[in-house]
This record gives sequence, C-alpha cells and structure tokens, in this order.
Amino acid sequence: MLHKIWFSSFVFVALLGASIHVAANDDVNVYSYRQPFLVEPLFNEFTKETGIKVNVVFAKQGMAERLAREGEYSPADILLTTDISRLIELKEKDLLQAAESTELTEAIPAQYKALDNTWYALTTRVRNIYSAKRLGEIDFNYEDLADEKYQGKICTRSGKHPYNVALVASMIAEHGEAYTLTWLQKVKANLARKPQGSDRAQVQAIHQNLCDISLGNSYYFGNMLKDEKQKVWADAVYINFPNQSNRGAHVNISGMAMAKYAPNKANALALMNFLVSAPAQKMYAETNMEYPVRPGVEPSKLVASWGQFKADNLSLETIAKQRKTALILLDKAQFDL
Amino acid sequence: MLTGNKNTSWKFFSWFFALALMSPIVVMLWGSINTSSDLFTHLWATVLPEYIRNTLVLGVLVALLSFCFGVPAAALISQTNIVMGKQLRWLLMLPLAMPAYLVAYLYTDLFDYAGPVQRLLRAWFDWQSPNDYYFFDIRTIGGAAVVIALVLFPYVYMLTRTAFEQQDRNLLRASRLLGCTERQSFYQVALPLARPAIAVSLALVTMETLADFATVQYFAVNTLTTAIYDTWLGYSDFAAANAIASVLMLFILFIVVAEQRARAGQRHQSSRPNTEHERKQLSFAQQIIASIFCWFLVFSGFLLPVILLLAMAVDYADYNQLVALIATGKNSIKIATYSATIATLIALMLALFQRLHQSRARMIPLQISGFGYAIPGTVLAMAMLATFGPLDHAINDVAKAFDFKAPGLILSGTIFAIVFAFVVRFSAIANGTINAGIGQIPKSLDLAPGSLGVKTLSTIFRVHLPLLKSSILVAWLLVFVEAMKELPAVLLLRPFNFETLSTQIYQLISDERLEQGALGAILIVLFGLLPIIFLNRQKDSK
Repeated sequence: MLHKIWFSSFVFVALLGASIHVAANDDVNVYSYRQPFLVEPLFNEFTKETGIKVNVVFAKQGMAERLAREGEYSPADILLTTDISRLIELKEKDLLQAAESTELTEAIPAQYKALDNTWYALTTRVRNIYSAKRLGEIDFNYEDLADEKYQGKICTRSGKHPYNVALVASMIAEHGEAYTLTWLQKVKANLARKPQGSDRAQVQAIHQNLCDISLGNSYYFGNMLKDEKQKVWADAVYINFPNQSNRGAHVNISGMAMAKYAPNKANALALMNFLVSAPAQKMYAETNMEYPVRPGVEPSKLVASWGQFKADNLSLETIAKQRKTALILLDKAQFDL
Repeated sequence: MLTGNKNTSWKFFSWFFALALMSPIVVMLWGSINTSSDLFTHLWATVLPEYIRNTLVLGVLVALLSFCFGVPAAALISQTNIVMGKQLRWLLMLPLAMPAYLVAYLYTDLFDYAGPVQRLLRAWFDWQSPNDYYFFDIRTIGGAAVVIALVLFPYVYMLTRTAFEQQDRNLLRASRLLGCTERQSFYQVALPLARPAIAVSLALVTMETLADFATVQYFAVNTLTTAIYDTWLGYSDFAAANAIASVLMLFILFIVVAEQRARAGQRHQSSRPNTEHERKQLSFAQQIIASIFCWFLVFSGFLLPVILLLAMAVDYADYNQLVALIATGKNSIKIATYSATIATLIALMLALFQRLHQSRARMIPLQISGFGYAIPGTVLAMAMLATFGPLDHAINDVAKAFDFKAPGLILSGTIFAIVFAFVVRFSAIANGTINAGIGQIPKSLDLAPGSLGVKTLSTIFRVHLPLLKSSILVAWLLVFVEAMKELPAVLLLRPFNFETLSTQIYQLISDERLEQGALGAILIVLFGLLPIIFLNRQKDSK
C-alpha cells in the first residue's frame, strides 16, 4: 500500500513537472489586452509570411504588474494595449524600450507615437455619443451631457472603465478640475440608471426606451451592426461625433510597445513592422471597425460611411497624465454609486 | 500516539505545507505596509464607507438567504416524506455546478429592463417606459444576494442534510420518550446537533461572497473588492490594494473565529450505523408548500440557467466551436485535476496530523492552511507573482552564475502558479470536508490498533483511510469543480497560449456575446455535475 502511494505520488509529480512549459526562445511572445478574435488572424498571417510563431497571453488587467514582477527574466517581447493610459503606465514603470525601424517611422504619424519611440498607436477609436433616432439629429458636445434637459436620459458603463476615464481626463485637460467635477456631478444626476454593463448594453437600453443617450466607442457601432442579435439595437441610434464645431471628438488609441527585456528583439521588431504594414492595418481596421493610423489606409466602408470627423488634437500623453486626477474626480462625484 | 522519526517528519511536513499555503497571505500583509495615507484619506472621504456598507450588507444577506434556502431544504429531504424526495435529494445540489458569474450574467440579462422578461411584459401591457410600471431592479444588492445565494446554498443544504442524516437516532428517540413533540424534538435536539454543519457551511458561503468580484460587477454593486481593483488597477497603488485586501481578510478571520467559537466544545460522534428512520408524514397542504419550495430552488438555481444556455447553444453553436472547446477543456481539466489532488493530499495530511498528533499547536496547520479561501482570486494572483517572482529570479540568477542556460520563469510563468493559487484558495473546502469525515470516526478507533501493537502509519492505512474514502473523494471532487469554475487567478497567471473554459466564457461575456460561449459554459456545468452524481450514487449504494 505504502509503495503504491509513493509510486503514484512520484508519477503525479513527474507529470506536473512535464506539463510545465517555459516559453520557447525563437518565437515572439505577446502580452495582449486586445482580444483573440482581433489579433489571432493577424498573427496567423504573420506566421505564414515569416515562419515566426507567435505565443500570446491574453489579459484584461494587471499586465503591467505581472511584467514588473517578472523583471529581466520576463519572456514578453511585445505588449498590445487598448488604451493610451495603459501604454503610459508601462512607460512610467520603465517596462518598455525604444523600437526603431524605417517602416515604423514611415508608417506612424508623430502624434500617434511616443517621442522616444517606446510606444506606437495601431488604430484610433472615437468616444462617441450615441443618441436615439427618436430625438432627431443633434450636434452634441460632451459638455451637453450635463444639461438639465437630459435628466434621466443618459446611460453609461462604469465611469472607472479606462475608456471613460480617458474621456474625463481629456475634459480635465480642456476645462480644468473644478469644471470637470461639476460636469461629472451633473452628468451623474442625468443618468437613467447607475453605471453598469458594457458600451453595447447602453445602446440596447436606448433601443428599449430606457434612455436616449449613451457614451460608446466607435467600433462597437460597426460590430453591433454585424451581429444578428445586436443589429436592432444599433439601428435604433445615431452615432454622433461630438464637439465638431470646436475642439473635436475625443480619440483614444490601441497600441503596441516592445518590452524592456524582450528576449527575441529581432522577431519582435519584425512583428511590429508587420502590424503597421498596409495589409495588416487594413485587416485590423476591417475586423474591428477601427480607424487605421497609417495614412493612406482607408477604414472599412461601413466606418467610412459615418463620415469624416474632426478629432481633438490634444496630445495623448497630456490626456494620460490626467488619468489619476480623473479617477479622483470620479470618486468625488461618486459616479458609480 | 505518534512516535519516533515519523512523528517529526510528519510534523515538519504539516507545518511546511501549512506555511507554504500561508505564504501569499504573508506577502500580501507585508506588501500593505507601505500604504500611502493620502489615497486612503481620499477613498475614505469619497467611496470607501459605501463600499464597506455594501460588503457587510451583501455578506449578511447572502448568509441569511443561504440559511433560509439550505436548512429547510435539508430538513425536508432528510426528515419528511416529501414527494420525489429521492430525486430532490440530489437535484438540490445541482446549483453547485453553476459558476456564480455565469448565473449572474444570465439573470441580470433576463430581468434587466432591456431583458426578455420586461420586454415581454411591456409588449403585453403596452407599457412604453419605466415610469409606466413597477418591476424590481435586478442590479441591486438584493438582486445580487438572491442570485449568489441561489448558487451557494447547496453548501448549506449538503452539510446540514448530512448532519441530520448522521445524527444518532437514539437521541431523537430519547427526546420523544421524554415527552417532546415531533416539532420540539426537531428544534431542541436535531437542529442544535446540526449547528456545527450549519456554521461551517455558512462560513464558506460568506467567504466566497466576500471574495467575489466578477459577480457583483454584473450587478453594478460596489464592494471592497471593487476598491481593491480600483486602487490596484486604477491608482496603480499595489500597497493600498493589499491593505484593503487585508481589511477584507480581517472580516473573514472574524467569521472563521466566530464559527469555531460556535462549535467549541461540541463533540458528538455516532458510532452506530445510521438505520432508516421514521419520517414525518406531511399533510397534503404541507406537501404542496414543501414541494414548491424545493422545486423553486432547483429551478431557479439550476434548471432555468441551463435552459437559457441550451437555447443559446442551439442557436449559435457550430462544429468549429466544439473543436476549439476540446483544447480549452483539456487545459481546464488539467489544472483542476492537479489542484484537486494536491489540495486533498495536503488536507488529509493536516487533518490526520491534527487528529493523531499530540503537540499543543496541532490545530494550527489545518487552520491557517484554510485562510486562502478568503482572498479574492485577483489579489491571490498578485500575491503569487509577488511570492514566486523573486524565487524565479533567484533560480535564474543561480543558473547564470554557474553558466547554465537560464531556465526562465518556471514557477511564476507556468501553470505551477495557477495550481498553487488554486490549492491555496480551495484548501479550505478540502480541509473542511476531510476534517468533518475524520470527526465522524470514533476516537476509540485511534487507540484500538495501538493497543494491539500496530504502528501508527499502518493504523492510518488500515483504519482511517478506508473510513475516509468517501470524504476524500468528495473533497477531491469539490475542489475539482471549484477549480474548473475559478476565473480571476487564471486570467492573470496563465502562461502563453493557455485558454481555459472559464477565461473563454468570461471574454465572451464581457463582449455581450455569451451566446458563442454557451457550449463551453454547458461543459463547465456538466463537469460540475460529476461530484453530485458521484455523491448520489455513493449514498444509494450504502
């Protein structure tokens, strides 16, 4: 009996040991906040072209912390994020290194990359205001959301979601803290229900007459139109590009960066070059209905049909700098409670 | 009882494993030392009081509801002739197979203003806006508490029912002979005897609730776990996040101590095999009420969510999804199997140590190894990185110093970290189950073989392990199921190209596309059914 137990324990430990793999070294390793359905087609294409295998960890949060803990032995080469503040966070924690190549320089306009080349944008997305078709066409400013006439009419996801935090940060950069706090308090007073759900769920609520106006990223509109079940939601709303008569709509980015201790630097650079190439940019734009950053690459037909718009040209780094203040104001306004 | 070398090595390993399981908690507490008071002052002045209030209210409500669901159900099944009692007996355990975040999503979706139920009502009665009618708001603390209790009450039901069934019938008979009515003998004898079981299960339920994040998020209820996420991910203040997590630990420590106090000095072991006993005959009206009550629990805790999932799967599932599921399913099973096996072995070792060892501190290893249940998965994951990160560095540094190829992050970057996190988190369940099993073994049996000159280890193999067989399997299966469902720790710790069923479902849920993950969700539920089927078969074969 005892022998049996010792033997099975030994086998068990051996199996556990055998199933522990450490990432291989001639691949390229990616930590991605971007979702599998978006990036996997791109990676497959990359592997087909170059023969370099791409390993991915998909994460929703905590990547910076993980990377920091892993330090110099981190297997990560490339980081993909969905939001500027995440890129800046990585940079501030000194987890990135500069990546330079002629392809990158040619492909990405200066306003969409770090001064020191530590990060590059891949796509841009607008924080739109969605409004019920029943309201008719309206020219919105973000500032209007505080207007009393919208009392009980607005729906949004949690104020602390990175997309909303970035919007609040841009309001702070434009108007200062005091104005933004009052704005937040008034917007909160206008909410039809406490912040909850995703950007799409707000459009669903508009469709169901629960509210008339919501905040949402641009690509959700396209993705809802492509989804059988969600198409009716999207059909009930207009997608509005705010602040067109003044500073322009708030734009956020998805981006990439090279990890400070990237073990496969050459492969990593190859992947970065691939991601900014025209075909990859086109693919990225098509799959998720975002705006490609590479000049000359057109957004998908559907996205283009929403028309040209003016984007707020406030620098992304300035917005990211206000992130903490934005969080503090959101707490002060008790926005989510 | 234990003597010589075995004694010391057993003692050593018991303490070693207990302390190893404790280590992430120590790391967490250590990490909270450098908290800046600024952030705390800010949080305290703005949102923290509300979060604390919500946490307390939610914990109390869930415990109360689980009690109201679980204890009467246990009494009805074990003490009365309720119709279909034999089926309900295991049907009532089914909600255990449902991951709470999944049920939360399904129910918020169902009862939301934009959900099918309210849409239907509006269409029927031609209501236009929320002002035209009243409907309860599912996204409230109350809504969250009901849904969480619906999936957690089976813990209370299971443990309490077992307690009722294993009670010494002679005590009940004696109470009747002494003039108690049926009702009095239930309230004055049977229920108090079941108190330890009720207390343990309520403690488990409360811990699970307090450590939850994903579920409350769907209900838009902000609790202390929200504060942990905010401070860590929003304010990037890991120390403050640790500090808040430590406060949460204090709450839970309080529950654990209260639970143990409640049980202190209560020892009752039935040495008699439990014979079939006379059941209370319910009147017709009682039958109806009892049946409605039990079927309501089965329906809303299990059947309805499963029907919703099946409907989605029928609409959306295709062959490709099935193929993808096999790979992710294998990953889930792999980590669940490792975690269950290790947690059970450690629990066995510690529980036997507590029982057979004579040192004064013999209870401590078992107790401290169960604390991990109280740590929210994400915090635990962070603690894992903080614990194993430096170890990995040391290993690599040494390898480098001796001119070997650096092995990479073999601890924190592989499934080792996930399995370790699961063992830390679910040891409480394994400990509880196995310790309860040991409690059922009369103490006289510990000594008997000794007096016949048989050695301790062989006593354990010949006496304790055979008697514990079913507890060991139950513990294994419970941990296995929990590990299949667990989400946050895997999300954060997973190695490259590693997807599990739960991470996949979570991803789809956060995009409002659960339809496409329905098949995977059903798979998790099916695996969750395994222990229940097993438990049921086992009871039948007795």
